[in-house]
Amino acid sequence: MLPARPAAQRGESHWRLFARTAFPFLVVALAWEATAHLDVFPRKLFPPLEEVAAALLRLTADGVLPHHVLDTLVRLLAGFALAAVAGVAIGFAMGRSRRAEDVALPLISIGAPIPGLAYAPLFLLWFGLGNVTAVLLVAFVSAFPIIFNTWTGVKAVKEVWVRSAQAMGADDRRLLHHVILPGALPYMLTGLRLGLAQAWRILVGVEMLAAVPWGLGWMIFGAREFLNTDVMLAGVAVIGAIGLALEKLVFQRLERYTVVRWGMMA
Amino acid sequence: MERAVSASRAGITLLVAAACYEAVARSGAFPAALLPTLPKVASTLWALLLDGTMLEHAGFTMYRVLLGLALAVVVGLPLGIMMGRFRAVENFCLPLASALMPIPSLAWVPVFILWFGLGNTVAILIVFYAALFPMLLNAWSGVRAVNPLWLRAAGAMGADERALFWKVIIPGTSPFIITGLRQAFLRAWIAVVGAEMLAASDWGLGWVIFDAKEFLNADVMLAALAVIGAIGFLFERLVFGSLERATVMRWGMVRAAKG
Repeated sequence: MLPARPAAQRGESHWRLFARTAFPFLVVALAWEATAHLDVFPRKLFPPLEEVAAALLRLTADGVLPHHVLDTLVRLLAGFALAAVAGVAIGFAMGRSRRAEDVALPLISIGAPIPGLAYAPLFLLWFGLGNVTAVLLVAFVSAFPIIFNTWTGVKAVKEVWVRSAQAMGADDRRLLHHVILPGALPYMLTGLRLGLAQAWRILVGVEMLAAVPWGLGWMIFGAREFLNTDVMLAGVAVIGAIGLALEKLVFQRLERYTVVRWGMMA
Repeated sequence: MERAVSASRAGITLLVAAACYEAVARSGAFPAALLPTLPKVASTLWALLLDGTMLEHAGFTMYRVLLGLALAVVVGLPLGIMMGRFRAVENFCLPLASALMPIPSLAWVPVFILWFGLGNTVAILIVFYAALFPMLLNAWSGVRAVNPLWLRAAGAMGADERALFWKVIIPGTSPFIITGLRQAFLRAWIAVVGAEMLAASDWGLGWVIFDAKEFLNADVMLAALAVIGAIGFLFERLVFGSLERATVMRWGMVRAAKG
């Protein structure tokens, strides 16, 4: 949605682009180091970057961090997969049938404006502490943008296309496969993307609340008890890296292979 | 005619859903503490509204959201506009923003708790962090989306830098700024609930829900959920809707959404 990538400016070499992108990080890192080493704040609360990096390496080497990351990713994928299947199915039904739309829309309009985490204690009460709650909550929350966008996408398929396909003798199945699905896909991808971003934001919070034994959210929340600020910052960095990777590697690529190639989006 | 059918179907759906919930709640299949009946939830909500506690909680939450949002606007809006106008600012800020943006605001909660202690400061800063990026990036892309032809035309008619800024760039950017505000509020609203649950101050709607879990007060939880949903809905529809009608729609920059 937002072009948050530093684009190469005209006549600029790769090296210059790299230097230009790295420069602000260098400034911030230097400011951070200076603040940390001048002991403006207690060392325990504001560790210098080399300690954060050391914590990152130590946790990676002894396998603790990969375990946390793996559990978080499994939860994310399980929740998101549930949301994608349910969301696309509900959105399709709403887009194709007036009756389904009238039935589902009021329920969804009531559920959607409530922030996902507000449901967390309720889910904890109903499903207990642990994995089930985390996965279900992630699925529940990320289903909303998927439903909305699939629904919009199906409704945005031009009536002329549907009619002409029918006139040319397409049955329901072919209509769905060759007209409606490709026509709605740009919206669906937007919905899936928003859903995944939502899932990621919620999951970190849920892991702090649901007392799961492993997971990045739990790792940083647990580190607070022992004032391990270096572990926390290392965890935050990993969370940021995963978020960035999800966006850049998964969805931009998917988009390029489907809707952009079909010429539906620039 | 079609609308009337839709409205009656919507009403029927809600009634049927409520009836199903009520039937499950009354069947005794689940403990009553976990699945309170709707009249119970309504009476709890009414009692909490009457004795003023719910309003006080909502007031605290609103205070945190609005202060954090205001901070985000004060920082994000000028910075975003400067990023759009000046290459150097863009080159410096954009990589940092792209690196920070994928970090969910809630991931900072434990760090902020250590730095600033439990309480209001953490909640406000988390809201600020959550709201900053939508504001910043929308202002930035808004300035960049201003039609260069308008800038040249204004320049050719003798507008100085100041007039150009106030008469061309700001009105041209306003649809993006309002979108940014909207997104920022949504993010802030999500963040404040999470921050209140985790940073455990004694007031706020998020805290009510989380605290009610300890005592198995599912009715209080559902009542607070209803209040949270209502406030979010009101803001989205009334505040931002009327803001949009009063500005960009009146200026003819965006058409009213269908339906």
